[in-house]
Amino acid sequence: MARTLIDAPASAKRGDIVEIRMLIAHPMESGHRTGPEGKVLPRDIIHRFSCRYGGELVFSAELYPAIAANPYIAFQTVATESGALVFTWEGDNNFAQTETRTITVT
Amino acid sequence: MRRALLLFVVAVASWARADDARRSGFDFMSPGTQAMQRDDMQNPGMLWVQDGEALWNAKAGARDQSCASCHGDAATSMRGVAARYPAFDAAQGMPLTLGQRIDTCRQQYQGGTALAPESRELLSLEAFVALQSRGMPIAPPDDPRLRAFRERGRQWFEKRIGQLNFSCAQCHADNAGQRLGGSVIPEAHPTGYPIYRLEWQDMGSLQRRLRGCMSGVRAEPFPFGSIEMTELELYLARRAAGMRIETPAVRP
Repeated sequence: MARTLIDAPASAKRGDIVEIRMLIAHPMESGHRTGPEGKVLPRDIIHRFSCRYGGELVFSAELYPAIAANPYIAFQTVATESGALVFTWEGDNNFAQTETRTITVT
Repeated sequence: MRRALLLFVVAVASWARADDARRSGFDFMSPGTQAMQRDDMQNPGMLWVQDGEALWNAKAGARDQSCASCHGDAATSMRGVAARYPAFDAAQGMPLTLGQRIDTCRQQYQGGTALAPESRELLSLEAFVALQSRGMPIAPPDDPRLRAFRERGRQWFEKRIGQLNFSCAQCHADNAGQRLGGSVIPEAHPTGYPIYRLEWQDMGSLQRRLRGCMSGVRAEPFPFGSIEMTELELYLARRAAGMRIETPAVRP
């Protein structure tokens, strides 16, 4: 399990624009660098991030080899109803991580 | 009267600032990198801090003790600790860096195995402990037993080394603020270690940074954990005395 830092509000007013930010620990090895023995290090990146809010896809991003290690992603969405925010990162070597935060909308 | 006093206080405060011409590496960074350090959500060093907090509370070693078993809440027990390291250890008869102190504790009181230099565990614990001193001034102890070590540290700082025949001081004291290639030469104040360095894409200790400079001038770097490294750290801490701790800092 990679370590993550997630900043999502626990509560919001209906119709509010909320900012959600997250950081995940990942080497994002580009596949173009050589290691200490001169061999090319195999590519190991996260290639997709998505966020589902109450089951509906509200944000997704494709990531490429030029993105730095420990990628930081921030986006905004409108608080519509109380429910779960499910964050999913998918990457090379079957990397998959899911984190969940709940938001209460009043 | 009150106004005169206020003017006096303001004047003293501005003298204090004007008097201290030293600048942290933070002041040489781009606004974007500065913002990354200021915001704990953007600062990747916080991932290590988070790990360090978990390790602090996790029982480990043959004696099944955690750091918290003895030291309790780090926010109170570790406050200001990083500001005074390296410090003299009477049992070993030599100064220890913060990392070595943590490792000694781990072996002696937890009955654990030694933590490798630059390992994730050691850097995480170091970052978590040093975070408790964030914003506090660096306060090297005035221990007479440290004097000889600190003096040797000053000599290492001023000694020309390597095929390029440069001393630390020639760049970081005489030419600080100038450029080396495309990068600004900072004043070499260790205010934010361990740091998250963008060039490394990783967390690293002061010793890793020093070794980078040493191989840069084509000298053979001092090994991790060597007494020469501790001596250099001692001297650098004295040079930066009074500057604020920024751990975990971000550097380009």
